[in-house]
Amino acid sequence: MSSRPRLDSRAKSHLSYFAYACHRFSGLLLACFIPLHFLMLSQSLRGAQGFGQSLALTDMWVFKFGEWVLVILLAVHLTGGLRLLMIEFGSWHGLRKGWIQLSILFAIACGLLFLYFAN
Amino acid sequence: MGQAMNPAVLQAKLWYAQRISAMVLGICVAIHLGIIFYAIRGGLTAQEILGRTQGNLAFAIFYELFVIACFVHAPIGIANILQETFPSSGIAKPIASVLGLLILILGSAAVFGVYSAGSL
Amino acid sequence: MRPYNRDMANTDLKVRVWRGAQEGEFVQYLVPRNPNQTVLDVVTYVQRKLDPTLSYRFACRVGMCGSCAMTVNGVARWTCRTHVSQILQGDTLEIAPLNNLPVIKDLATDMREFFNKWKGAVGFFKGDKTRHDDFAKVPPESEERQLANAGIECIGCGVCYASCEVVESRPNYLGPAALNRAWTLTNDVRDVQQLERMRAVAGDAGCHACHSQGSCTEACPKAIAPTASIAGLKKLVARAAVRGSKWGKL
Repeated sequence: MSSRPRLDSRAKSHLSYFAYACHRFSGLLLACFIPLHFLMLSQSLRGAQGFGQSLALTDMWVFKFGEWVLVILLAVHLTGGLRLLMIEFGSWHGLRKGWIQLSILFAIACGLLFLYFAN
Repeated sequence: MGQAMNPAVLQAKLWYAQRISAMVLGICVAIHLGIIFYAIRGGLTAQEILGRTQGNLAFAIFYELFVIACFVHAPIGIANILQETFPSSGIAKPIASVLGLLILILGSAAVFGVYSAGSL
Repeated sequence: MRPYNRDMANTDLKVRVWRGAQEGEFVQYLVPRNPNQTVLDVVTYVQRKLDPTLSYRFACRVGMCGSCAMTVNGVARWTCRTHVSQILQGDTLEIAPLNNLPVIKDLATDMREFFNKWKGAVGFFKGDKTRHDDFAKVPPESEERQLANAGIECIGCGVCYASCEVVESRPNYLGPAALNRAWTLTNDVRDVQQLERMRAVAGDAGCHACHSQGSCTEACPKAIAPTASIAGLKKLVARAAVRGSKWGKL
């Protein structure tokens, strides 16, 4: 005897749901990161030297990896958000699946650009 | 605004505020991504960053607007997530408020910090 | 009807069907394959030939009434319009009642909350003309009529409601069907309850709870897009809350 079945991944295995999940997940992580980011930058109040010391902490590879992930999350959240704005404020042209594909490409592009520019 | 806002009106206004701030952030983030890619070339040093931002009023205004847009946008989003994941816990509003305060205070401190470069 | 020929078919279908109510279990039945077999044919076979205690709903069996909606391999569908060959995974099939609705028995759900929410969203028409007045003149190509027409074909089958994660997580969320209907009536220039309707679809049980996940639009067998209708309501209600609407302030 078990409980009646509920919505599972089979009902959510479509592109629009995936876009929602990525947007929510990226937003959540960004919201957690932003205060830390501001805290770091506010070390600049201590002048170039104080700021430089804090900045030196971020030379560790784990920070670099985190920055790379965050740039990608930012790209995902931006394009996913633009897609939502189009759905909610623009005239109806379906679930804007073209935008989802664009988001993925844009996020990959940002990730690659980051790797290219950051030695 | 003397009377208590009815909850439906509040929900609608929060939704509207989040979408308007999203539009502002869309522009800010696009510009910021461009700045990130420009800035990280060849590594990032405090001198380089401050060299660009110190005394730069345009930068300061842009980033303060960015901070304010984040301050509106992020807490509403977080409140939604918390309210849906932990519906009867009542933690959505307090955590969202704390996040809002952190963003506004730390963000403005950061903007002022890079603008003044420590020379208060 | 062609006699079932064991020589040509390879194996029977293994069909897992939910038996019970809120508590229960999946019971497996072996159902002979047929060409052009629909999931409703399969359920019918089980009830007529294998287990007469199985409860399920159907009516027209030709894709017009929406009564036969069930969860097939995890996705809400009209079983009369779903060919087994379309959704078969190997040789198994899983049939369950619609999600998000209480189960009465086996594959039949209690749809009262679905229709109550329809009422709750003021998803019904009320005009102010009588038989003594002239006909209302609504140009079919007017923007409002086109918006209404885009969502008007809904037959209340419940597939969208059963597919929506927000309905699952917020028990009092009005849901895609009710909100879609509300939107079509918002665009009905003859209707006189617009302010009540706007109030009904505002709030956190209303349109702003929708995250545009799009499961409703993906699932709708009539190709209606509740996501679009709800987006329209979101804008309308938000503007009404901030600036007022042509029918008054929220």
